[in-house]
Amino acid sequence: MADRQDTKEGFEDALKSAPETIAAFEDRRTGIVHRIQHTLHTTPALVPLIVLLISIAVFGVLKSSTFFTPFALTLILQQVQIVGILAAAQSLVILTAGIDLSVGAIMVLSSVVMGQFTFRYGIPAPISIACGLACGTLCGFINGWLVAKVKLPPFIVTLGMWQIILATNFLYSANETIRSQDIEANAPFLQFFGTTFEIGGARLTIGVVFMLLLMLVLAYVLRHTAWGRHVYAVGDDPDAAALSGVEVSRVLISVYMLSGLICAFAGWALIGRIGSVSPTSGQLGNIDSITAVVIGGISLFGGRGSIMGTLFGALVVGVFTLGLRLLGADAQWTYLLIGVLIIGAVAVDQWIRKVSV
Amino acid sequence: MKLRSLLLATGFAVAATGAFADGHGIGACLITKTDTNPFFVKMKEGATAKAGELGIALKTFAGKIDGDHETQVQAIETCIADGAKGILITASDTSSIVSSVRQARDAGLLVIALDTPLDPIDAADATFATDNFLAGELIGAWAAATLGDAAADAKIGMLDLSVSQPTVGVLRDQGFLQGFGIDLGDPGKWGDETDPRIVGNDVTAGNEEGGRRAMENLLAKDPFINVVYTINEPAAAGAYEALRAIGRENDVLIVSVDGGCPGVQNVADGVIGATSQQYPLLMASLGIEAIAAFAAAGTIPAPTEGKDFFDTGVALVTGAPAEGVPSISVQEGKDRCWG
Repeated sequence: MADRQDTKEGFEDALKSAPETIAAFEDRRTGIVHRIQHTLHTTPALVPLIVLLISIAVFGVLKSSTFFTPFALTLILQQVQIVGILAAAQSLVILTAGIDLSVGAIMVLSSVVMGQFTFRYGIPAPISIACGLACGTLCGFINGWLVAKVKLPPFIVTLGMWQIILATNFLYSANETIRSQDIEANAPFLQFFGTTFEIGGARLTIGVVFMLLLMLVLAYVLRHTAWGRHVYAVGDDPDAAALSGVEVSRVLISVYMLSGLICAFAGWALIGRIGSVSPTSGQLGNIDSITAVVIGGISLFGGRGSIMGTLFGALVVGVFTLGLRLLGADAQWTYLLIGVLIIGAVAVDQWIRKVSV
Repeated sequence: MKLRSLLLATGFAVAATGAFADGHGIGACLITKTDTNPFFVKMKEGATAKAGELGIALKTFAGKIDGDHETQVQAIETCIADGAKGILITASDTSSIVSSVRQARDAGLLVIALDTPLDPIDAADATFATDNFLAGELIGAWAAATLGDAAADAKIGMLDLSVSQPTVGVLRDQGFLQGFGIDLGDPGKWGDETDPRIVGNDVTAGNEEGGRRAMENLLAKDPFINVVYTINEPAAAGAYEALRAIGRENDVLIVSVDGGCPGVQNVADGVIGATSQQYPLLMASLGIEAIAAFAAAGTIPAPTEGKDFFDTGVALVTGAPAEGVPSISVQEGKDRCWG
C-alpha cells in the first residue's frame, strides 16, 4: 500500500521535468511550394476554384463581347445544373470510396415515373413526383444494400444496376416521349424546376437555385454533423470507423439512398430543363458526374475532398464547353481539354497527398 | 429427378425449335442501331408483320446504344451461322461494318441496308432508305419560301447530330442549305460554308437535352437567330425550350426531319414549322419482301431510277404550305407517323 502511494508521488514529480508541449510533427520543410501544398491539402476545393477563375478570365479576354454577358454566364449555370445535381450525389458516394455508375439511369427512370404516373394513370402531379422521388430512393437503397450487406464492390453493383435501371426505363416507358406542350397544359408542376426569374439581367431557374442550395446544404451537413463526419470516416478507413463505433453499413446504405433521392430530384429538374419527359436523355450522366467530381478534387480513394469542389468542377466543364463553342472551336477540343483536366486534377491530388501535415 | 426433367425439357425445346425452323425454311435477320428509338421500333414492327405474312422466320438484333458497332458485327456473324437468307441492317458504323457485310454476302446472304447507306453504298446488295438530302432540301425550300424576301438576311442556326458527322446528318444539313439557297462547300461535310447568314453549327446527339444546349450555345453567339435547322424532332423540341426560355419562340422558324408522332404533333402545335417525314415501316416490310424474292428466285432489288438506292419516299408535313414546295397536311402526317 505504502509503495503505491510513493510511486504516485514519484510520477507526479517526474512530470514536472517533462516537456509541456503536445506531441506534434516537426515541420522542417518551408518555402513557397510547400506552403501551397499545405494550403491545398487543407482546402481541397481551392484547385478547381483557381482553375475555374483562370478559365473564366481566359475566355473573358478572348471573347469578352459575348462571354461576359449575364446571358452567357447564367447560361453556364443552367447548362451545368443537371450534371451538378448528379455530381452532388456522386460526391457522396465517392467520399465513401465507392462509385455510382447508375446516377444518370436513376435520374431518367425517376423522371419517367413522374411523367408516366401523371399521364398514363392520371395521378395528380405532386403525388407522381413523390412516387418518382421514392423510386430514386429505392434504387439507391438497392445499391446501398448490395454494397453494404452483400459486400459487393460498388463498381460492380452500380454497373449492374445501371443496365437494369436503363432497361427498366425503356421497357416501362416504351421509349415514349411526353411532349413539353402536353405537360405544360396538364401538369405544369412537373416543369417547376424550369421556372425562370430574373435578377438584374441574369436569368436563373429554380433548378439552378436548387443545385446551389443543395451544394451548400450538403457542404454544411458533411462538415458539421455527426452523419457527415461518419461519411468521411467510412471512406477513409471503414475498419477504423467501425472500431470507433460508426455503424458502417447503415452509413453506406444511407449514403446510397440519399444519392438516389438526389438523382430523382435531378430527374425532376431534367423535366424542367428539357420541358419534356424523354427516356433517352441523361445516358452519359454517370461519366459527366464523375468528371465533375474528379476535376473538383474529390479523391476517388474516398474520405477526402469537399462538395464545393464538385460544384467548381462542374462549372469548369461548363465554362470550357460554352467558351470553346463561342470561340468557334470544334466540339472535339472540349473533350480533349476536359480529358487533360481530369488527368491534371488527379495528378494534383496525388501530389497533395504527399503532404504529411 | 431434377436432372431428368431438365433433360426432358431441353429435348422438348430442341425438338420444338427444329419443327419451327422446318416449317418456315427461310430465315431473315433485322439488325438495328438500338431497339429503344421509336424509329427502329416501327421498323421492327413492319418487318415482323411482313415476315409473319410471308412465313419467314425473323430474328431481330440491336446495338445497346447508337454507335455500338461490336454488337452489330456479332449479330451478322450469328445470322451467317444461323443460315439466314438475308440481312436487313441499319449500320451504326457505316464503313467499319463493310468487312462483316462482305462475309455475309460471300456466304450467299442478301444484305440490304435500311435507312442508312453503307460507306461505300454498293457494299450492300441494295439500300432502302429515305432520300435524306431531299428531306433536307424540302425543309430548306419551305423555310426560304416562308420567309420570302427576309430570307436574304436570315440568321440561321444549324443543330446537327454529332461531331463524327455521320452521313445521315450531313445529307440533311447540306440538303437544307441547298434548299434554302446557300452555297455549299464540300457537300460531304457540314460546317465549311462561308455564307454569313449561318450563325453556327452545334451538335445535339439527336435528343431534347442536346437540342436545348446546342440552341443555347448558338443564342449566346447571336441572340437574333430566326431560322433553326434541326437534325430530328427531339432536338427541335429541345431547341424550342431554349427559345421559349428567352421569349423568342414565336419569332423563330424551326424545321426538322423525321415524322415521328410527337414531332408531327409539334408541327400541329406550331413548335416546329415543317418537318420531312420518312417511312421506316415501309423500308422494313419492303426489305422482307426482297429477301423472300431473293430466296425464291435469286432476284436482287433494283434501285430507284437516277439514284443509287431504293427511295422509300419522303413528304413535307406542315400546317402552313408554301408556294412551290409540295407538302402534305398535318392530318395526313399524323395518319402516317411512327413512334
